[in-house]
Amino acid sequence: MAGLRSFAKADRSRKHRSPLHGISPLGAIAGSFLALLVIAAVLAPLIAPYSPTGNDLSATYQKPGLHHLLGTDEFGRDLLSRIIYGGRISLTGVGVAVVVYLILGATIGVVAGYVGGILDSVVTWVAEVCFALPGAVVILVLLATLGNNVTAAMLVLGLLAAPSLAVFMSGATKSVRAEMYIAAARVTGLRTRQILMRHVLPQVLAPLTVQLSLFAGTALLVQTGLDFLGLATQPPTASWGAMVSDGATHLGQDGWMVVPPGVVVMLSVMSFGLLGDALQDRRRERLKTPTPVNARPGGVPIAADDTDCRAASTTLDPQVVLTVRQLSVGTNDGGYTPIVDNVTFELRHGACIGIVGESGSGKTMTALSVIGLLPDGVAISAGTVTFAGRELVGSQRNDSAGVRGAGIAMISQEPVANLDPSFTVGAQVAEVVRRHSRASRRQAYAEALDLLTQVRLPNVKQIAKRYPHQLSGGMAQRVVIAAALAGKPQVLIADEPTTALDVTVQAEILELLRDLRAETGLAMILVSHDWGIIADSCDSALVMYAGQLVEESPIAEIFDRPRHPYSEGLMRSNPYYAPPSRSKLPSIPGNVPALGQWPLGCRFAARCQYATEDCRATSIELVRIDSDRWARCIHHDLVAAPQAGLAS
Amino acid sequence: MSRTLLRRLALSVPLFFVVTLLTFLLPAFIPGGAAEAVLGTSATPDKIAALNQQLGLNDPVFLQYWRWLKNALGGNLGSSLANNESVTQILKDAFPVTLSLILGAMVIAMLLGIPIGVVSARRARSGGAGGQVIDALSLTGYAIPNYFLGIMAGFLFSNVLHVLPASGYTSPAASLTDWFKSIVLPVLTLGLPGAALLARQARQSMVEVLARDYIRSLRGRGLSERSIIYKHALRNAMGNVVTMLGIYVVSLLLGTILIENVFAMQGIGTVAVTATSQHDLPTIEGAAMYFTIVVVVAFILIDLIRAWLNPKLRSDSGRT
Repeated sequence: MAGLRSFAKADRSRKHRSPLHGISPLGAIAGSFLALLVIAAVLAPLIAPYSPTGNDLSATYQKPGLHHLLGTDEFGRDLLSRIIYGGRISLTGVGVAVVVYLILGATIGVVAGYVGGILDSVVTWVAEVCFALPGAVVILVLLATLGNNVTAAMLVLGLLAAPSLAVFMSGATKSVRAEMYIAAARVTGLRTRQILMRHVLPQVLAPLTVQLSLFAGTALLVQTGLDFLGLATQPPTASWGAMVSDGATHLGQDGWMVVPPGVVVMLSVMSFGLLGDALQDRRRERLKTPTPVNARPGGVPIAADDTDCRAASTTLDPQVVLTVRQLSVGTNDGGYTPIVDNVTFELRHGACIGIVGESGSGKTMTALSVIGLLPDGVAISAGTVTFAGRELVGSQRNDSAGVRGAGIAMISQEPVANLDPSFTVGAQVAEVVRRHSRASRRQAYAEALDLLTQVRLPNVKQIAKRYPHQLSGGMAQRVVIAAALAGKPQVLIADEPTTALDVTVQAEILELLRDLRAETGLAMILVSHDWGIIADSCDSALVMYAGQLVEESPIAEIFDRPRHPYSEGLMRSNPYYAPPSRSKLPSIPGNVPALGQWPLGCRFAARCQYATEDCRATSIELVRIDSDRWARCIHHDLVAAPQAGLAS
Repeated sequence: MSRTLLRRLALSVPLFFVVTLLTFLLPAFIPGGAAEAVLGTSATPDKIAALNQQLGLNDPVFLQYWRWLKNALGGNLGSSLANNESVTQILKDAFPVTLSLILGAMVIAMLLGIPIGVVSARRARSGGAGGQVIDALSLTGYAIPNYFLGIMAGFLFSNVLHVLPASGYTSPAASLTDWFKSIVLPVLTLGLPGAALLARQARQSMVEVLARDYIRSLRGRGLSERSIIYKHALRNAMGNVVTMLGIYVVSLLLGTILIENVFAMQGIGTVAVTATSQHDLPTIEGAAMYFTIVVVVAFILIDLIRAWLNPKLRSDSGRT
């Protein structure tokens, strides 16, 4: 079964901490409860107030009281003492099963995962058979022939469950083995056994403890179940399952007797489950990458900057289809961290704007806020997005649903991941058609075929019947584009539409997008880190850095002479546009500042060759350089014209 | 024919032989032999020899197995050592009881569990404690021994409230109402923990699927939330839920054995337990076969559903 194959990725190497570090309080309580049961069972003769089999016919069916904390049964035997002694049988049974499960499962699993190949396949196959094996029945057959032999029964239980642990451990081992340091260990000549013991085993220990804990709970249920059926121990021996059974037969006389042993079993199994959960949570906690610290004091959303002269200059223009004004986006869970800071631009009918920047510049978040699809935990904190005269910010839930797909559509990076794997592509495109028109099912499907033809897919009738996983990346991106066009939108947001594709396919998709714009008058926002794509497709470019717009310019002008040092750096580091004379491709030194750690002054200053004291002193405004050119740099005059060969 | 189904059949057929063969091999390895286990250590050698002769235990174990298999496929499972009745007949009478319980429990688990999980996943985006409640219920459902739950439920509804029979099973052929009354408590006892289990799985899978890229893309195309959640997300989340259903079915076998005992129902489980304590090998071998068939049929059905849900598991011609 698929469930068996899934495994948690092994913990990365970390400093060893105390084994209980990071365990939740609930997990700690569960662990203490189990420890208490074990200690009580071991020390039973010292702790138990009465003999577990000592009858006292003068005190039968007692309710809990001072003499008998949990009451007595039909022979006047003390229930607490019987539970303490009963723990010996149940917990020993669990111990036997867990030890077999651990030794067999972990050893075979780690070896199979390390060696791989046929051994691994055999282990998987055996596990699938054992998983489907009615284990309860096998144990019954065993007991039928052996008599009441609980140890043998639990041994077989461990044996039957071990292969699934082996599959789990094999998966975990494989992922550790893929790590670089294992390869390094092999190169330095460590023997396989040494590698397994020193490097692999410590890594797979954490997921192993989780599995053990969960299996122990199951083993306890089976053990007490067998006891309940009278197949494991003989009266008058005290055992939890038999006590429940005993209580059940005397329900008429006393409804209480059944409760203490039943509750103890329940709490024990629950504790094993909680302990497993707690160990798992701790693992997840460790695997999580640390979230960036919020360096902005107070954690208050920055208000849209009224002094931005650029925002004021935007006027209502019938040629403009989309206006974004003073848009700020930030996290909204656990404090505010800005991601996009006061971005303003407008998109005309049929035009194409390119948004350029490195990862972390905020370009994708800007695009996503236009269509109201920001991920959970991120929201627009200020600003407006106006589409065809309708304000979209603040109406995300109701209104923008009518705009999405029909007014503004989106295509994104991974084409196959952006199609529902369970439906044929024809059905997916047709559903969008139907949603935005009054077409019948048949008409919608016919129109979907037309759309697939429009994006120049061959044999559309056959392709429409395929599922996303049966398409190449380029074909899938064409389908995604067809689905985006199905609502006849006026604006298409393309977020890195070709990044995941082969170079030849990239060119085809870009050409398709250009032609579609020419045919339908679609306006487009193209988000990319690649100047080449922007140069080929767009009329103007927006350069973003650390959440801010740093330069805006018509495309020819910015290629002719970038006016922001960052735009210039980006261009120089592009292999296609870099001057051929240089032997080494220049790159911008340093990194984009992390979210929440944006400096007060110019955010690019730390990486900028033109930076002076003034740059760091105060925040830098966008300044108008030309009628339609803006740059956020006080040294924009110094930014050099790029060398020959750069302008296209 | 689907590749997954063939793969499952390739697993199921050996499974049938593994289980039935195991039921023959286990007794063969017992010191003193099966006959002594059946008759007890005080039995006279004459009696042991006679029983060995009767059961054919002197033959090699694989010959015994072959003989049993031939007869079993012909519908003859031998006769009980306890009372000489036909094992085929005993199991035929008991099977409807067990089948009612297993199917009933599965229906309860699915009809209750899946909708609760899906609805709570939907709420998860806007916060809400649904997840914690479901986690707590599912942990309790897993941890509470079902025999204990059954005893408490039986005590409440029959001894205290006097609304349902405490034990026994009425055939639907005799009275449909009485049949329903007789299985309602056992089915709920088995089904409610399953519902909690499936709710948790459904919730987890839905939350996971709702975070996928294509869900954002579907929103971007302007589809309605109803279509996104109940058509697209649900279908993609169901695969894991159905897998969990398979795990649940296996756990139901021990479950029915215990619950039939609690409610004194003459199902396969009770037959198997009685046979176990009487060392009645032919009967337990027959019971093991029935249980195996239940698991095999359930797994084949589950694989069919999974293949229907997930086109990647179907092997169709389109792949290039």
